[in-house]
Parts: sequence; C-alpha cells; structure tokens
Amino acid sequence: MKEIIVIAEHRRGELRDITWEMLSKGRQLAESMGADLGVAVLGKGVNPFADALKSKAKRVFVVDDERLEVYNSETYEKVLMQLITERKPSLILVGHTATGMDFAPSLSVRLKMPLATDCIGIDVNGEDLLLTRQLYGGKINASVSFLKQGPYMVSVRPGAFPVVEKETLPGEIVYIPSPLTDEGLAKRFIQYVEAAVGEVDITQADILVSIGRGIKDAENIPMVKEFADAIGGVLACSRPVVDKKWLPKGCQVGTSGKTVKPKVYIAIGISGAFQHVAGMKGAGTVIAINKDPKAPIFNAAQYGIVADLFKIVPVLKDKVKELRK
Amino acid sequence: MNIIVCIKRVPETTDADVFVDKSGKDIDKSGLVFDLNEWDSYAIEEAILLKEKLGGTVTVLSMGGEDSNESLRKCLAMGGDDAIRLTDPAFDGSDGFATAKVLAEAIRKIPFDLILTGTQAEDDGYAQVGVVLAELLGIPHAALVNRIEVQDKKLKVHRELEGGLEEVFEIDLPAVLTIQTGINEPRYVSIMGIRKVAKKEIKTFGTSDLNLKTEEVGFSGSHIRLEKVFLPPVGEGAQMLEGKPEDLALTVFNILKDKGGLT
Repeated sequence: MKEIIVIAEHRRGELRDITWEMLSKGRQLAESMGADLGVAVLGKGVNPFADALKSKAKRVFVVDDERLEVYNSETYEKVLMQLITERKPSLILVGHTATGMDFAPSLSVRLKMPLATDCIGIDVNGEDLLLTRQLYGGKINASVSFLKQGPYMVSVRPGAFPVVEKETLPGEIVYIPSPLTDEGLAKRFIQYVEAAVGEVDITQADILVSIGRGIKDAENIPMVKEFADAIGGVLACSRPVVDKKWLPKGCQVGTSGKTVKPKVYIAIGISGAFQHVAGMKGAGTVIAINKDPKAPIFNAAQYGIVADLFKIVPVLKDKVKELRK
Repeated sequence: MNIIVCIKRVPETTDADVFVDKSGKDIDKSGLVFDLNEWDSYAIEEAILLKEKLGGTVTVLSMGGEDSNESLRKCLAMGGDDAIRLTDPAFDGSDGFATAKVLAEAIRKIPFDLILTGTQAEDDGYAQVGVVLAELLGIPHAALVNRIEVQDKKLKVHRELEGGLEEVFEIDLPAVLTIQTGINEPRYVSIMGIRKVAKKEIKTFGTSDLNLKTEEVGFSGSHIRLEKVFLPPVGEGAQMLEGKPEDLALTVFNILKDKGGLT
C-alpha cells in the first residue's frame, strides 16, 4: 500500500496551522492515489499531539526524545532519514515555513528525493504529480512536474490549502525508537527571542492604514500618517518598510510580523505578497490602493483603487478632514 | 574570515507589468530592468560588514551569462574582493537542485570559513539553494538568518520564525547561512564605485573546470521541470472604484463610516 506522510509542525507546545492544512490536502491526495495517510510527529512528550492528530490519519508515527524538545535541522534530519527509509512513503509533505525551509532541502538531498518547494497546488496526474508554484513574487503561476520517478517531497505554502472536515480515521499510534544519541551537534539551540512590542499595538486597532514598498522613502510616511490620524486609524506596514528600518518591527503585518483583524484595512502601495496577505485576511473590509492594476493585493481586497498613492492620499486626507468637521 | 557569497541577477517585477512570453514557459523579459536579487544584496552587505570587522576576503559567485557580470561588479563595488561567474550552455534550465550542484563544485576549489546566500530569489522563489548547497558540501546550515554574531570558530545566529519570533542557534564553522532581508542596510553603490571595478577580472568556470558532467546540470540534472506559466486566476477580486480623487475620497469615507465605525 502506498503511503503519504505529513511531517507535523509544532512550536512551544502547539501544533501549527500548516499541520492541519497538510493533513487536509494529504487526505484528498491519499484518496485519489489510493494511498494511506500517515503523519510523523517529532518532539519531547508529544503524546497529546499524537492524540490530537490521530483522527486525521491512518497512522501517527511518534518519535519521542528529550533531544527533540526544540526543532533543530540536524536532529530532524537524522530522525526523518530513518523513518522515511523504513516506511518508504511515495510522498512526503512538509510546510514551506521557517522550519520546513530549514530542513526539507537538505533532507531531500540526503534521501536523494526530488523536492518541489512552496507549492500552492498539488494534483495527481496518473502516476505523476502536477504542482503549482508562484514566480516573480506571485505575479505569475507555474505548473511544475518532477523529472524523475517518485518518491517525492513537496513543501506546502501556509494558507494555500483549506482545512476541510471529514469523517475521522482510525489513527493507529506507532512509536518509533529515536536514533539520536548524545553525540555532539554542529548546530545547538540556545533560546527563542520575541520581537520587541511596538508603542502602538496594531492588533487592537479598528482601522489600519498600511503602507508598503510603494511609499518609496521614509520622508513620505508622515503624509500617510496624517491620513491615518484623520480617520482615527493606526499606521502599519508590510515587510519592505521594516527591512528598510522606516517603521519598527511591531508595525509589520504578515507571516513574520503580526496577524491583524481590524474592521477596515487600507493597503497603500502594497503589492500583496502572500506573506503579507496571510497577516491581514482576517480584516473585515479591505481597501487597496495601488498603481498596478494587476497587483495581487486586489485579489485580497473588497474595494480597489488604481491610483498613484502620492496623488490620492493627500486628497483622501483633506476630504475626510472636511467631512468629519 | 573568508566568506563566499552566492548571488543572482534577476528581473525587477515588483512595479512592472508582467506578460507570458511566446514559449509559454517564462515571462517576456524584454522591457524589464535587472538587478541584484534583493535577498542577495543583504547577504553581500553582511559579508562585507564581517570582513570590515574581522578581516579576510569576500568572494562573490554567480551562475549565469555575461549579463550577470553587472551584478557581480555591483558586489565588488560594495566591497567584494573577487568575483567568479559559473557559465556553460549546459547550465541552462537548472532548477534549484542543479544550481546548488554547480555552486558546490565551484566552492570546493575555494578555501572558505562561511558561505552566505540569500534566503530565496525574487524570480523563482525556491528558497532551497543555500540549504541544498550545505548538504552537498557536508557542512551545517541555518536558513532565514537575520542576525550574526561571530564567536571563536562558531557563530551565534538568529533565525526568523513566524509571528515576530526568533530562534537563536550556535553553529560551528564552516557553515552556510541563508540571509533574510532586513538583517542590515545594504550600502549604496555610486556610478563612480562601479566604474572603479569595471576592469576587474571576473573569472569564469564551466563544466569542464568543475568536475561536472553535462548531464548532471541543466535540465537533465534537475529534479523539477517547468511545464508552463500563466497569470494567476483572478478570484472574486475587488470592486474597483473609479472617478475623480474627490469622489473616491467620499466613497472611501462612506466605507469607513459603514464598515469601520468612523463618525
């Protein structure tokens, strides 16, 4: 029997959303491939995770070892090498996350297994898989196939696949002995560090006015801040603005920043990379202003304005001030 | 500390209108401006900052045609010491895995303590080359690095995780780090700066110099094949608001009142 194995992702005592997304997609693929669905969970004291996962898969492979208390690519690779060599799955699903991006490429080399990264579509095409990836920051989609015969490894973009509820599976828990020893590691975990919290908590705002790369220069930020003030909104931003040190990390909306749920989110000069959209899709209403009519942000918005932000924002500010008098 | 930085020249598409070309397998790049991949600009800056602090050399490596000299020279102007271009018709069509193989063979010829790459490229976005490279070379790695502190024969690095969290690791040298944007502020390069390095030699290596067979690289040495490209399907999309700026402002005000509780 063929098998698909999902590598569960967890951090600081919680299974991450990508795990459920991969299991949901994995279930659908298992059905169309006539395969069993398995999930592997590595960690220390992970029985609660195994219990939570067991209704979603036919088998839950548990590797419990105190050396797996925190993620480390070195230990993960050793454990997964053994597990995968033993089980011989035809497909492995990994999250295209900070964790998956760190261990999947090297594991694929060790296993001599082709890897397709950051996939947003996985379709079964006879014996082959047809994958969908994005190029050029999401402006173009590509259909991609593997050149060699399987088994394959696919890393899955977070948020690409919805979690669909289905009838429960038997979920046999299979304990796998850990191959790890006290042998020294070339990479040693020290600690987690939280980003500093900003002066203003953007997660609490009803109205967020968010700027992106289109703002072009730090000098242009006060203009947008004035507009935000005029509507009682809070200023936020996408990644490029923080990378350039124009606004603090606490203002950043997106995968590596904050997840926000304002009533209204106004995206100004933000192209709409998926990492950004992932952080704002909980917004009630999204208004996007961008000069590029093809900007992906318009797919994540309810209202769109194609305009030069430097022309429209001052008018918006003046008009709102006048109307609120 | 001797550092190797792997870079790529890519088309700038953030503000550009993008069209599928006649082959159906790529975009039409004729009207596009090319530049150093954004992630790589942070990687080269980080290498130069480390060199300025600790001494040593920075060697810049890129796989590509003669056009790539432009980006290599930009890195030299920023403060790189040597540039090597890996070029061979056989390299065409290489995916992330095949690219890493070529880089690995070139790197085996160069002494180094540390290799930096960008976390990913703006064009194909594989986010795998650096980590594959580390495995091919048999050395440790860390992806998504946004802070480096040098200690004796090891580094303390921060990896950027989701939600503003960072993971701090100690990693033995030699190692490969893939660099995340925002780790530093890449220096500006003037035209004068570029001119100063215009005559500097850029060495080239092909398959025969690199102990590689042609079937190990390019399409035949790749794991994945691009079948076709297409514009992403447009979802329900936004309701597009049109009109004079003043009218648009009124509409936005009404949406804010209606949905945002603005009074």
